[in-house]
Amino acid sequence: MSTREFMLGNVAIARGIIEGGGQVISGYPGTPSSEIIDTLAAMEKRDFYVEWSVNEKVAFEVAAGAAIAGARSVVTMKHVGLNVASDPLMTLSYMGVKGAMIIISADDPSCHSSQNEQDTRKYAQFALMPCFDPSTPQEAKDMVPDTFRLSNKFQAAAIFRPTTRISHGKSDVELGEITSEKPQVKFEKIPERWIMMPKNARARHPYVLQVYEDIRKELENSPWNQLELDAGSKLAVISSGVASVYAREALKRCGLNASFLKICAYPVPEGKVTSILEHADKVLVIEELEPVLEDEVRIMAQKHGIDVEIAGKSEGLVPRHGELNVDVCMDAISNAFELPVVSSEATNLDLELPLRPPVLCPGCSHRAAFYIMKKVFGKDGIYPSDIGCYTLGVQSGAVDTTLCMGASITMSSGIYHAGEDHPICCSIGDSTFFHTGMNGLLNAVYNKADITVTIMDNRITAMTGHQPNPGMGRTAVGEATVAVSISEICHALGAEFVEESNPYDLMATEDVFKRARDYKGTSVVITRQPCVIDLRRSGVKKAMFSVDAEKCTGCKACVRFGCPATEFDIETKHARINNMCTGCGVCAQICKFGAITEVKR
Amino acid sequence: MSSAGISLFDLVIAGVGGQGTILASDIIGKTAVREGLPVMAAETHGMAQRGGSVVNHLRVGCEFGSLIPLKSADALLALEPSEALRYIEYLSDDGIVLVNTEPVLPVTVTSGLSSYPDVGEIIDYLEQRFTVKAFNAVKLAKEAGHVQSMNTVMVGAVSKYLPLSKDVLIECIRQSVPKKTVDINIKAFELGRLQA
Repeated sequence: MSTREFMLGNVAIARGIIEGGGQVISGYPGTPSSEIIDTLAAMEKRDFYVEWSVNEKVAFEVAAGAAIAGARSVVTMKHVGLNVASDPLMTLSYMGVKGAMIIISADDPSCHSSQNEQDTRKYAQFALMPCFDPSTPQEAKDMVPDTFRLSNKFQAAAIFRPTTRISHGKSDVELGEITSEKPQVKFEKIPERWIMMPKNARARHPYVLQVYEDIRKELENSPWNQLELDAGSKLAVISSGVASVYAREALKRCGLNASFLKICAYPVPEGKVTSILEHADKVLVIEELEPVLEDEVRIMAQKHGIDVEIAGKSEGLVPRHGELNVDVCMDAISNAFELPVVSSEATNLDLELPLRPPVLCPGCSHRAAFYIMKKVFGKDGIYPSDIGCYTLGVQSGAVDTTLCMGASITMSSGIYHAGEDHPICCSIGDSTFFHTGMNGLLNAVYNKADITVTIMDNRITAMTGHQPNPGMGRTAVGEATVAVSISEICHALGAEFVEESNPYDLMATEDVFKRARDYKGTSVVITRQPCVIDLRRSGVKKAMFSVDAEKCTGCKACVRFGCPATEFDIETKHARINNMCTGCGVCAQICKFGAITEVKR
Repeated sequence: MSSAGISLFDLVIAGVGGQGTILASDIIGKTAVREGLPVMAAETHGMAQRGGSVVNHLRVGCEFGSLIPLKSADALLALEPSEALRYIEYLSDDGIVLVNTEPVLPVTVTSGLSSYPDVGEIIDYLEQRFTVKAFNAVKLAKEAGHVQSMNTVMVGAVSKYLPLSKDVLIECIRQSVPKKTVDINIKAFELGRLQA
């Protein structure tokens, strides 16, 4: 029987966790990392514990606790999630672990679904932790058990950094054996390791610096770092992670023979780097984002006094922003080694294409909430927002800022305290509120910020693929648990104006927003309506709506609302509703002429 | 430039979030694995899925990265006409475009912010430069039994050019779509294949 499967990179990573005998897996959803836990949580038979935690710092500490108790643990998040978890990260480095711990932080070069393109390898250097940077989904799967092994051997947590093209790439993956060996869990009281008071921390720092160098030596023989010297060539390429497969293809397309060093495990092994530097006259370093590898290579050349020309980002040959691809690598190789340029020019299109940005779904309740918010707070109102589907409310003109998770409420407070005159109404989703919005609300109430906080509760963590959260009454694996009440949390945080509204009911929601706007102090409006995608999946189907052409005046009020189910027919000069309609009925309330009605079944 | 010697067949699948581009690449990818070929694919997930423009790269018989270089794809499978144009730069000069002629208007167009090019002009533009197979896959999907089988119509159309067996493709469709829709999807595949 064949054991090759066509697998998503994140599913392959989940498989790697199973093969390596992971025991405790926690995480917070974030594209492109979410499907790792989605996959593990959906399994019918599990011999491990898996949870969606409320934020990355929490998830990190859950995994850290498990690892110091002796388990093999994993925490998953997207790159910016590691910022939230950076506090425990920097000190867990000193503490180390007893079992093993893998910190999966998925990077997103080119910001396909992110607010920045930071490079997790920098964090690994900063925290003095090894870092694994897979180049294919197969390698990602195979690396996980090896990362557990290394983490356990050196009693140090290890970072694992897939990028979007690994996590959301698909490939044929050869499955491996599942280990049956499970380390025994027993928390041992070791004060000098588990209590990072100054006396202990001071002693651990030089120890960890030494461990980092020991790991560098260990990685000299790692299968993830491969050196191929070309006896007939004085040219060389050093490349990391997914960029290494682009670089190899680019070399082949350029027809160039060169020595090649692939680095997918950090810290960079000195022996392999010096070997290639001594062999070549000119070396090009190709990696995505930050010059992590390039800087190390330059330092090693200088340290060993090797006379070799090194090129990369500092010469502007390899971009420091955006994801790489074969074309970019071919340009870099041609320029660095002075080859005739062979890469293709982009086709010049003389037809104008309509923009097709992602939008809120047809019938999404966020659109209705934004519509009313905008009506009540006006065009001069200030609308800080947050990270989630509702960021797409930018098309409704009701999103003015997006910084990071939870920053809507806190930025609103700052804008208010700066003395801004116009009313401030921010938006944040249910999961983001649980993540880091709660502290912001507490701070706003405590420091008397006169702002309105809209919590858009669509009963799920939608944007990342519909993960459960504490408001829903079920865990990652579908077990029933307490459904935490957002309004009770808001009251407990000190908010005195807390009201809930169904955003599909425009009049009632308008009334709530008006009173919230006029309230002196921090007011909270919870707009509650389940996500339309989730609702449809659970089998709920409402009657669609249609436009009565006799009554439609062609005023476009419904079309301007921006629902993809509403269109304007230029020929008949009437609005019409297409088959994407979910039956929310909001456009019928917007129409002043009663032209939109429910289709009777 | 093509991917000769690097990849057996480079395919770009373009469309709109919700049209089923991922299922289309899954069917082809699974078939390739079943046939013992290495496959590398890249997909659009997350933010870009909400009705946005989506593109998948699928490289059959390739052991490099998943991203197809510009002007290297053997075929462009476009589930929507304007999306064919958006990703046309990936197609090699002697490549083929298989395009569904039924547009999906973006909100920027329905709300009057931008205009949608004439579908006839899009096809003319493509035909002046490439081999083109243009047909209304939505109509064919309805004929097969359900509008949602449009992606399988398109898989059927490209299947003639893929280095993969028709029978294994149909077997993989059988395993990839909901049980109730197997017959519809196989019919959709056959109707699409007739267009190629």
